[in-house]
Formats: sequence, C-alpha cells, structure tokens
Amino acid sequence: MIELTNVSKWYGPFQVLDNCSMRIDKGEVVVICGPSGSGKSTLIKCINGLEPFSKGTITVDGISVGDPSTNLPKLRSRIGMVFQNFELFPHMTAGENIVLAQQKVLGRVRGVAEAKALELLARMGLAEHAAKYPAQLSGGQQQRVAIARALAMDPIAMLFDEPTSALDPEMITEVLDVMVKLAEEGMTMAVVTHEMGFARKVADRVVFMDQGAIVEDANKEAFFGTPRSERAQLFLSKILQH
Amino acid sequence: MFGGFDFGILWANAPFLWNGMLLTIELTALAVTGGLLFGVVLAVLRLSPFGPLAWLVEGYVNFLRSMPLILVIFWFYTLVPKLIGRPVSGFYSVLIAFVMFEAAYYSEIIRAGISSVRRGQIAAATALGLTNIQAMRYVILPQAVRNMVPVLLTQSIVMLQDTSLVYVVGLRDFLTSADIVASRDNRPTELYMFVALVFLVACFSASRLVNRLRRRYAL
Amino acid sequence: MGSYNWNWPILVREPYLGWIVSGFGKTILIAVLAWAIAFPLGSAIGIARTTETRALRLAGTVYVDIFRNIPLLVQMFLWYFVVPELLPADWGRWIKRDMPYPQFLTAVVCLGLYTASRVAEQVRSGIEAIPRGQRYAGLAMGLTSLQVYRYVLMPVAYRTIIPPLTSDFLGVFKNSSLALTIGVLELTSQARQIEEYTFAAFEAFTVATVLYCLVTGLVILIMRIIEARTRIAGAITVGAQ
Repeated sequence: MIELTNVSKWYGPFQVLDNCSMRIDKGEVVVICGPSGSGKSTLIKCINGLEPFSKGTITVDGISVGDPSTNLPKLRSRIGMVFQNFELFPHMTAGENIVLAQQKVLGRVRGVAEAKALELLARMGLAEHAAKYPAQLSGGQQQRVAIARALAMDPIAMLFDEPTSALDPEMITEVLDVMVKLAEEGMTMAVVTHEMGFARKVADRVVFMDQGAIVEDANKEAFFGTPRSERAQLFLSKILQH
Repeated sequence: MFGGFDFGILWANAPFLWNGMLLTIELTALAVTGGLLFGVVLAVLRLSPFGPLAWLVEGYVNFLRSMPLILVIFWFYTLVPKLIGRPVSGFYSVLIAFVMFEAAYYSEIIRAGISSVRRGQIAAATALGLTNIQAMRYVILPQAVRNMVPVLLTQSIVMLQDTSLVYVVGLRDFLTSADIVASRDNRPTELYMFVALVFLVACFSASRLVNRLRRRYAL
Repeated sequence: MGSYNWNWPILVREPYLGWIVSGFGKTILIAVLAWAIAFPLGSAIGIARTTETRALRLAGTVYVDIFRNIPLLVQMFLWYFVVPELLPADWGRWIKRDMPYPQFLTAVVCLGLYTASRVAEQVRSGIEAIPRGQRYAGLAMGLTSLQVYRYVLMPVAYRTIIPPLTSDFLGVFKNSSLALTIGVLELTSQARQIEEYTFAAFEAFTVATVLYCLVTGLVILIMRIIEARTRIAGAITVGAQ
C-alpha cells in the first residue's frame, strides 16, 4: 500500500534521510522510533508530500508521491495525518474543524458532513464538545478531535507524527486507546512515537531510525526480543527504563 | 493660575473650529481607506513569489518608513502639482502623501499578521487535501485578519493624530483652525488645551474600544 | 517635469551647504538629547507599571495614556505656548525671556517626554514577557524586589526589546522634524528654506531624504550589531504595538 524505495533528502549540505526503504501493507501498523533528529518525522511527512525529497520513490496505493504530475491535494485527502501539536484550526469549533475538508475537498453536502462529524466525535466520547472551540478543550480532547478530523475523510491510511509527545501524562492513555481501536479495526497506520507500550500492543512491525537511515526493520516479536543492532539496543534500554 | 481664562472664545469660534474638525475627520477617513487598500496591494506584492517585485515593494516600504511624515508632506505638496502640470488643491496633495505614507505601515502590519499564523496550520490544512488557495481562504486568512485588525485600528488612531501635521502646509484642519484663532485673539492656552482635550478623549476612547475588540476576538 | 530646471550644484554653495549641515546637526542634537530624557524616564515608568504597588501602576498608566493620545504637534504647541502661561509668574517670565535657546529646549523636552511614553510601553512588554517564575525564583533566593529587577528582569527585558526600541529611537529622529513648527531650524526646515530661496525643491528635499535614510540605515546596522553581541540563546522576542 505504502512503499518507500531508496528515499534520500538533503537540507543544503546536511543529509536528513539516507537511503530509506520501507513497505507498509494494507492493514499493517508500523511504528517508527528512534532518537531525536533521526529523521523519523521528516520521513513520515514525505509520505504525503508535505516534505519534498531529493532522491528515491514513494508510492501510496500505486500513486507516486514525488511525480510532479500527481494531484497532491487529491492524494492527501485519501491519507489522514495527525500532528504532534494537534493543529486544530483555532477559529473554528471542533465540529467545524471536522466538516471543513469534507465539504471543500470531498464535496460532501453540509448535512452529510456534519452527521459524519458528530458520529466520529461520539465514537471518541466527545459528542457534547462539538460546538466548543479548541481553546476550550484539553490537549487530549484536542488530539482526539484531530484524529476524528482525519478519519472524516475516510482515508486509506493514517499517519501519526508523535501524537502524544505534547500531552500531559494523564491524557496520553485516552489518545492511545483511540489509536489502538483504530488499529484493531484494520486501519493501515504509520506511527512515529516513543510509546513502546503502544508498539508492543498493536504494532505489526517496528522500524528503528538513526541519523536519517533505517537501522532496523523487524516484526514486533523480533524487535523487542532480540534487536539486532547495537544502537537499537541502546535506544530501547534507555526508553524502557520507566 | 487659572484666573483670566476665557472659554467663551471657544463658543464664539465654534463654527470655524467645527469646520476644521470636519476636515480632520474627512482627511483621516479618506487616508485610512486609501492607505488600507494600497497597503493590501503592497502586502500581497511583498508576499509574491516573483523576487524582484517583492524586493521593490520592500524597498519602497523601508524607504517611506525612514522619512519623517512632514518631509513626505512637503514632497507631495511640491511634487503633485508639478507632476500633474497644473495647480492642485493642497488637500489632494496632502491626501496622496498620507495614503502613500500610511500604506507602507499598513502593509507591514498585514504582512506580519499573515506570517503570525502558525506554520503547522498550513501543514494541517494541506494534509487534509485542501489546495493552497483553499488553505489561504479558510484557514490562514481568517486567523490573520483577526490578528491584524486590532493593530490596523491602532495604526488608524495614530493616523488621526498624524493629520495634525497638515499645519505645515497651512491646511485648515482642527489644530490649524485653533491655531489661527489662538494667534488672532492671543488666547493660546484655551484653544490648545481644548484641542488637546478633544484628541485625548477621542483617541483614548477609541483605543479602549480596540482593546475590548482584541480581547473578545483574540485567538 | 520637463520644465524643471535642475540645479544640483547650488547645494554645495554657501550659504546653502551651511544650512544643510547646521540643520542636520540640530536634528541629531535634538534626537540625542530627547532620547537621553526618554530612555531613563521611560524605563522608570515602564518598570512602575509592572510593580505590585497600585499607585505606581496607576501613575504610569495615566502618564502613558496622556502622552500617547494627544498628537505630538499639539503637545509641542502646549509646551511652547501654554506651559509658560500656566507656571508661576516668575518661572513663566524666565522661560519666555531669559532662558537660552527656548525653541530648541522646548522641542527637546516635549520630544523627550513623549518618547518616554513609548519607551515605557516597550519596557513594560519586555518585563511582562518574562515568565512569572523568574521573579519568584529571584525572591525565593532572598533578593529584594529592586535586586530582582536589576539582576533578573531588566537584563533579559532590555535584550528582548532591542528591535522595538530601535524603531522608537528612529522615531525620535523623525519626530525631531516637528520642531520646525516652533521655529527650530532642523534639517527638514532647512530643506524647505532652501527650496523657498532657490526653488530647487527637488534637490533640497532629496538631500534631506538621503540624510534621513542614512541615519536610519546606520542606526539599524548598529542596533543589529548590539543585538547580536548581547543575544541570549533561545530567548523570547517581544514588542509593544
């Protein structure tokens, strides 16, 4: 479904991504982890074309992301993305946030879009907050609204860029629970995160990145059981302290 | 200290002063409108991807912001009739001067307003599949406008005060009219204090209003 | 514009060259002296507005509100024409008759007090942008309030407000032109005078314009250097409107 082949990226003289190749099949949940600056956020932003890349190819459902003739907005409407800082639109209510792209990109009628928004919010347990502005919601609530906003587009895959890193500890669980449910329902997901508990529970594969390169790409059991590379081992030992 | 004040002089010259006030209001209103329109044009050009154009506009804005307004007024007061080829009423020359001058300040406020919208918002909008134009229209501009309106209004209050500078070319605005009466009847105290009081009340109330607006619509 | 007779050489001929030089000198002198008043006074008022004492805050607010809401030109007239009338008779007489350089000094005082209100606002924003925790940390160590301002708050505040302060400083240069309305022969008025004597409007105003631009450019350059030299890593930036 999502295929990256020899993807490299430079910011001027500085190489940010080094020959990354990876494959996410339909229904798979892949967790991407690694130390700060390893390029994992950049990599995931390349998948929906938010970041351009210098070399290599990325295809999503057969469509090439780097191809200049590709209709990027159309492609992006089929991939959902959730950001570390939620990025809800502050001048719109939670409901309006979820309705906007449905109307303007998918062309849905307002009534249909609003119904879908309410349905998704109800699934998250946030139905009564539909008319509230982001500033009136907690971080955990905002992030769940952000997930609903992405799901409203009926995406074929969901990308998560450190979705819980900006949350207070007591709110991380509520967001992770939503993501676990999504995974169990069969959504194709790529998740950049430090939450190894989540990875252990739901991931099919774990990808470890360091200094722009993919250092390890193994299925869950193999990764947590016997990580092959030294760096992955070091990283794991530091994170799994708690 | 306050003995010998003759506030009757204000009553006696009320119509004359009122005409001056009307000119001040008219000049301010026209200059604000013209300055905003031109300011928007400048801001849009400044953000354009076409390098030389953006650079030219930046030069114009920085140039105008390095000069005193009085000098700009003198420039246009002498230049406009020469450019048009025949004598032009002082009002129009001065109006053009104000529009050109204030537009530079307005365009900076507008530009800052647009760049003040968090970068992540653009990413989130395009990630949903909105085109650049849609992202501008539904996500960026609404936020930018709400950020910049209080600042634009504050700048307009400053402009109201700046119009008093038409004194240097003898245009009969509120202050100049008061000055004429003051010199003619040798009563500077009453007249100038009256002018100061009127401006104080007007500008103070206006800025209180702007503050309330800012608090209500802040993002 | 074809009928305009260009006359650049006239500018380097006396007495016009002398007028330009003296005008420019006066402009700089007014600006520097006014800033010398505005900066300390404005800092004091700005600080006053951030203290716990209600009376100080109120006094500061009143000062700023009065000086910001009356046009600078009106203030100039008030100082020159009205204040001598309102003062006790002896002082008023001294100002009108015996004080040296009455127009110049009036302009400096007026501009200084006006600009102080702007500086006060910048200083206030600079202090308010510092997280409250900093103040508490200082007090918790046993520093007095004064010491907290001196060692903890002001060093940070001043660095963060360098850009808006620069723009206020340039404002003083530009506002010095208002002194011409009470008869001070600064740069703009000299340019006007040359224009009236020689009809070389374009040339005269161009010289004035170029000089103002030069000053602006120089000041911005110096401020950038100061800003770079005093930068704190990862600092906040702020500015009052």
